Amino acid sequence: MNSDEKPILRIKGLNKFYSGGFQALKDINLEIEKGEIVALLGPNGAGKTTLISVVCGIVNPSSGTVSVDGYDIIKDFRKTRSIIGLVPQELTTDSFETVFNTVGFSRGLFGKPPNDEHIEKVLRSLSLWNKKDDMIMTLSGGMKRRVLIAKALSHEPTVLFLDEPTAGVDVNLRKDMWEIVHELKAEGVTIILTTHYIEEAEEIADRIGVINNGEIILMEDKEKLMAKLGKKQLILDLCDRLSAVPESMADFELELSDNGLQLVYTFTTQRDRTGITALMDDLKLEGIVFRDLNTTQSSLEEIFVNLVEESS
Amino acid sequence: MNIYGVMAIYKFEMARTKRTLVQSIVAPVITTSLYFIVFGAAIGSRIDQVSGISYGAFIVPGLIMLNLLTHSISNASFGIYFPKFVGTVYEMLSAPVSTLEVVLGYVGAAASKAVILGVIILITANFFIDLKIAHPIMMMVFILLTAVSFSLFGFILGIWADNFEKLSVVPMLVVTPLVFLGGSFYSTDMLPQPWQTISHFNPVLYLVSGLRWSFYEISEVSVMLSLASILVFMFACLGVVYYLFKTGYKLRS
Repeated sequence: MNSDEKPILRIKGLNKFYSGGFQALKDINLEIEKGEIVALLGPNGAGKTTLISVVCGIVNPSSGTVSVDGYDIIKDFRKTRSIIGLVPQELTTDSFETVFNTVGFSRGLFGKPPNDEHIEKVLRSLSLWNKKDDMIMTLSGGMKRRVLIAKALSHEPTVLFLDEPTAGVDVNLRKDMWEIVHELKAEGVTIILTTHYIEEAEEIADRIGVINNGEIILMEDKEKLMAKLGKKQLILDLCDRLSAVPESMADFELELSDNGLQLVYTFTTQRDRTGITALMDDLKLEGIVFRDLNTTQSSLEEIFVNLVEESS
Repeated sequence: MNIYGVMAIYKFEMARTKRTLVQSIVAPVITTSLYFIVFGAAIGSRIDQVSGISYGAFIVPGLIMLNLLTHSISNASFGIYFPKFVGTVYEMLSAPVSTLEVVLGYVGAAASKAVILGVIILITANFFIDLKIAHPIMMMVFILLTAVSFSLFGFILGIWADNFEKLSVVPMLVVTPLVFLGGSFYSTDMLPQPWQTISHFNPVLYLVSGLRWSFYEISEVSVMLSLASILVFMFACLGVVYYLFKTGYKLRS
């Protein structure tokens, strides 16, 4: 992140209470820099969509301030909304319009003059050009999702919100979408996406935020997060069956598999010493021989599950 | 002003009319023709003149008003309700368009459609009766004001409604009876008391009376009172629409 640049999105003390008294967002503070890809993870009902909806102007905030590119989303709503594109979670499209017309409608709605060349470029980039004259109701779910992305890109936004963009789409389409996201980033577009797919966040995000119960419980650079919270495991395949872990090795907190042929040592790379050398020495002393060993690292999914469980 | 936004909404709504041409234009024209055949030719031929003009000619302003009111309301209410129903309203709510611009787009399109329909009915009427319009400019003023005011009312209805029943209950149970009891097809002089007095509490009477004056220079209430009442109704609707958008009522949570 370049500290000299002002954040493209700044949220301060944002709270949202719905009419029934339910607090969907609790004192959210967040800054996102230009050109970043930020993934927001969280279980259902965590507040991800509410947060996006407040920034886009669909939901009124109860308190707090939100500014986009330095402009307040309420006082300067024209400026903020004209630079934001939103792909909603639900497949909400007009059924009887053609693809080309609905994308043109979105461009006009967001205050841009007609520009067929730009719409053609967007439709081609999303492999929709050959469907431009088709009515939306005749398209598959995946194609409708692409239409929603085309509508969001129609007015050339510099900030793009993708609310679960790959929900319900097949693997090929998901990978296409990731490619599109990378291309948009290359063009300087800031992208904030919510997703349930950890793999997606791991693949495309620069920073990862975790929301639970309306609170941001973590916002961290993806690589740092993986390094900081990622645990590693050393798995040893033994030559001879063990009935129990020797008492002299209790400090290593080893796990013995049910069949007695595998020992698992969990360690963190954040400490100066991992304890692996000491473990090897002790294994030798105890006469435990192994035929193979390998290491595994925690996935983002495990990190996410652990964080949510801790905060709940 | 986001003029492209206004035009996008307006064109989108007008395109919907093109897709539903039979329902939007052909059906009202056929219904109106049936009114002329039944009330004008069949029954009307046995009715004496009303206020000095033939019955067929007398009902023309009432028929135009009936269609203007019902179609202004249905066009505008459906225009905003349907995006709410299917969820596409998110786009309008997240777009850089003000309340005024949204209203200009939706209400402008609904009123345009109603005015076009009014003119078509006028042309249709010309095939059945010898039509004379004493004050064509005032006729257009009344038609325009009525179309805009009731499109605004329909817009409010579309925001308020959260199901299709609510969407149709007001036009069916309130507006249509008011139009029929507002002197569209008779002069209130023909009613016995106390119904004659009660009729003067019906706002539609003032609209029909004003429009009829622009045709035949006969009215049941003062023309200025008719104009004032439609203007008051229009500004009241504008005030309600402004309040609805400001508070986000049934649009923004």
